[in-house]
Parts: sequence; C-alpha cells; structure tokens
Amino acid sequence: MPKPLTIAMPKGRIFEEAAGLMQQAGYDLLTDQEDSRKLILDFPEQNLRIMMAKPMDVVTYVEYGTADIGIAGKDVLLEQDRDVYEVLDLGISPCYIAVAGLPDQPLSRIAPKIATKYPKVAADYFREQGEQIEIIPLNGSIELAPLIGLADRIVDIVSTGRTLRENGLVEYEKITEITSRLIVNPVSFRLKSDEIDEMVRQLSIVIGEEVK
Amino acid sequence: MAKRLMFEKPLGMRDTLPFFYNQKKQTIELLTETITEFGYAFIDTPLLEYYETVGEASATLNQQLFKLLDQQGHSLVLRPDMTAPIARVAASQLRNAEYPLRLAYDGPVFRAQQTEGGKPAQFEQVGTELIGDHSSYGDAEVIALLIFSLQHAGLKDFQITIGHIGYVQAFFSEFLQNDEATIEELMGYLYRKNYVGYQKAVEALPIQRQEKESLMDLMKLRGEDEIFDKSKSLARNQECLQAINELKQLYRILKEYQVEQYVSFDLNLISHMNYYTGILFEGYAPDLGSLLCNGGRYDKLLPSFQLNASATGFAIHLERLVEALGAKAPEEQRIGVIFDNDSFSQGIKQAAALRKEGKSVLLQHTDQIPDLEKFKAELADTIDLTQSGGGLDA
Repeated sequence: MPKPLTIAMPKGRIFEEAAGLMQQAGYDLLTDQEDSRKLILDFPEQNLRIMMAKPMDVVTYVEYGTADIGIAGKDVLLEQDRDVYEVLDLGISPCYIAVAGLPDQPLSRIAPKIATKYPKVAADYFREQGEQIEIIPLNGSIELAPLIGLADRIVDIVSTGRTLRENGLVEYEKITEITSRLIVNPVSFRLKSDEIDEMVRQLSIVIGEEVK
Repeated sequence: MAKRLMFEKPLGMRDTLPFFYNQKKQTIELLTETITEFGYAFIDTPLLEYYETVGEASATLNQQLFKLLDQQGHSLVLRPDMTAPIARVAASQLRNAEYPLRLAYDGPVFRAQQTEGGKPAQFEQVGTELIGDHSSYGDAEVIALLIFSLQHAGLKDFQITIGHIGYVQAFFSEFLQNDEATIEELMGYLYRKNYVGYQKAVEALPIQRQEKESLMDLMKLRGEDEIFDKSKSLARNQECLQAINELKQLYRILKEYQVEQYVSFDLNLISHMNYYTGILFEGYAPDLGSLLCNGGRYDKLLPSFQLNASATGFAIHLERLVEALGAKAPEEQRIGVIFDNDSFSQGIKQAAALRKEGKSVLLQHTDQIPDLEKFKAELADTIDLTQSGGGLDA
C-alpha cells in the first residue's frame, strides 16, 4: 500500500463547501466525525488522509510537504507568498479584498494609516497606487480601527458588505477577487503526479459542470 | 533589540555535530567517488567574491545575498552558488586549459533566505560543471552522472524531471511574437506553477480561441517520452522542433546509460536560476518537501566573464540528500584504553598497536573520567589497564 495522499483542509465553513466538491468528484470525505475534535482523519479505503488546519496555516503545511495538497483561500496565498503550486480555482467561498473607511474621509496627507489582517496585500496595493502608507496589523474586528481613529482606512475581506454597512463604513476600492484554490507541494506534484492529476481532472469536471 | 544570548547563532545558521558530520562526510565521499570515476577534477574557490563579478552574475536574488565591505570599500558577497565562481575560474586561470573542461566542487554556499525554520542560510552543494561541450552527449553525461552519484550514495527512490527553456521561449514566440511583457508574465506563472493565474492570463489575451487552447495545452506536456509526439501538434516553429529533437536525442542517450527509469519530462519546467538557456532539470525525493538537486545548460554565464563557451552542470543539495537517505546511526567504532600512572607505558603501546591496525583509539587517564560506566557505554570497546579494572578485560 503506498503512503496515503495527505490533504490539508481548512476547518470551518470552507471545509463544508470543499468536502462537498470532493464528494461530487468521487472522494468521500464526509464522516460522522465531522464535529469531533480530531485533527487527522484517515480514509484507508481511498488511501487519503485529511489534516484539519486553520485556514491561514494550510499553505504552510503544503509548502513544507507535510501535506501533499491543500485547499487555501487566494487571500492567504497572496499574503504569504509561499513556494506552493496553485493548480486549480475551486470557485468556492467567493469574496474580495477591499479598501474601506468612514464615508467622505480623504486619505490623510501625512503618513496615512491602514489597519489590516493582510499587511503584505495592503502594502503592495498602495505601493502600486503610488501611495506611501503605514500599516497597523490587527487580527480581527478590523472595522473598529477607523471608528476609533486608529487608522484612516482598512484593507479586509468583504463577502456581503453587511459588517461594513452596520458599522457605517463604505468601500473605496476593490483590490482583488478571492476564491479557494487547490494547492500542491512542488515535490508531491512530481512524485505523486498520477493521483494528483486525477484528482485535479475530477475536480475540474465538477467545477465545469457547476459553471454551466 | 534584546541582547544576544550565549547560545544564539545568526539567523539561518546551524552547527554540525559529530553524528550529522559523519553522515555528511560519508555521503560526500560516495558522491566524490562516482564523480571522480567520470574524470571530473575537484576545485575550490573563495567564500568571498566581488559583488560586481560573481554577485551580479549569480542568479540569486539581490536581497538574498550576504554583502559586506572589504578594507578598500569594495562590496563583497558570500558566494551564493558555485556555478558563477567556477565560471570565473574557467574564464581566467583555466582559460587556456584543454577543453572540454570537467570540474567538480563540494562546499558551502550562502543565501539570506531564512524567514522561518527549514530554510538554512548556509548549506552545502556538491556538483559538477562540464564546460565547452554543447552536444546532447554532454547534457546526457551530466544527467547520467547525477543519477549514478545519487545511486552510489545509497538513494533508491528519486526522480529527475527534464525540461527545455528554449522550447518554452520558442513556444511563446509562436503565439505571442515579440510581446515581451506578456511572455514574461506567462513565464512567471509557469515558474511558480500558478496554473490558475496562467489560465486567467491566457483567457484575457487578444488572440484566437485556437491559439489560447494551444497555450493551455502547454500545461499538458509533462510525462514520459510520449509527450514529444504530442508537442508536435502545438507549436511548429523551427526552434520548437529543434528543442524537441534535442530532448529526443537526450532521451535516446539516457537509455543507453540505462537510467531512463529515473527521468520524466516537463516542457513547461522553468527554473529559479535564470541563466539556463537549454535543457534544464530538477530532482526530487519522497518525504523531502523541496528540491533535492537541479541543473542545466547555461550559455550566457561564461560570456559575462568574457569566455565564449557553453556549459552544463548539476548541483546536489547535500544536507537534503543526507536527510533523504534517512538517519542511519553509524556503528560506534572507537576503542577506549584506560590507564593510570602505573600502566601508562603499557597503554601507549597498546593504543599504538591498535591504531596501526586502523582502529580509532582514545587513550584516557582513569582519574579524569567522571563516570566510568557512561564512558564505557559510549564506546565500542574498552581496555582497562588499571588495578581496579583488573588489567586487560577486552
């Protein structure tokens, strides 16, 4: 028996969607253990092993090769710039990264401050716009920052825009669209190419059908 | 910044303790045996080079170079790879040597690349350069030698993937002519194997659907030698056909070397080393998250040192090879001879006799041993010449 193909999956909402896609592609990953606290799930009959990881950490497991493949948001890939192969856009969990702030508030002329969970994405974006800004890294409830005067703008994920609206913030610019991607470790990409190519093929068929 | 603690080393630097040192040494010896059998001569170059020469010729990213100043104020770099220094030597001291040149090296290289664990800033490379032979036989010799060296070092399971950078360039120029910006963008996606980005960029191009499909089909050109035939229905320009012929020729020679089971092909392979101009390759081993070895043909590096010659070579990442070989604790060979004041003359004779047989012997005064049991347990055998030890008890 060859070593199982190891997949790092994000815990939480994306897991449901991703597991659903995998199910349609012929990989049965739904178990009654879903709510359990187990971090490693084995599926010997399919020769698969699932690692449950925090979405931000999936890319790390795949880069180091402890997972052969993983499912990660494009936001994480942009922010971390790791050495992994991005082979398929799964099209799930669509949202976008945007610049937001209080309405009618021009960017401060001296050292504008940007609060964000995505320091690299934010810095890259404003550099492209020719703006020199200062980043204030935060881990959550980013919307607070402009309300309490910590930052001029925020850069964050927007899916429905409801959180922004309820806090009286408006969107200024859209930076980029985000969906979940199938990522592969560069060595696994070569040495387990048969299994991985087959999975990519099956998943592309499922995604193709959903688009139609 | 906090004061450095006594045990700390600069970011990305590691110590090599006896166990790993021995493993590394053994592996180097085995690699060296095979490389020497093929007639390659080992050379060494300085750890420090000028930034203007080797630093700029190297393909290592500028921010990954360790830089310092010499007494005259010149910028120096810690060598980031061995290929550029060897190109410098070939173009200077060995300029009038008999060609083709077969050179080999084993030594540390430095890259300021550690942002977190697992990416050492100093690591050792063992490799070869074949300079002045631009034939497929040269390409094949280097790849076969790489495979034989890995085999001889004891590695069983590995794979070498071969591509051709000339093919990729000619392929793009067939569909995109001289649109350098787009070609560079697409090559960037290929290098990162960002198929999603590649696909989106191709979709957005103002070209025929048929041509877009061909660009997408480049992704499928990986596998065994059957891809050579597949490639013919995609791009038909002279350079593409020539690259495919070179690969076919290479494969034919590798079969004669009987190493074809270790190789596969990938026509969209692009290396991080941007000086490659023809055939290039990467090697992988299971349970190793990153590249084991890589190499290829480079025709533009030597001209940057004013030597007009084509060259090809490989470099093995030694620490990763040792890791892939698995930790086999070597059997303890050392013998301890324990003496006291009365038995020292006997001890020195005994130790000399054993050393003459080729044994590794340590001669130790009993008073200096804090724990005799522990001392004995560390060694293959001990000879206790003291009264309490009862003289000879081997």
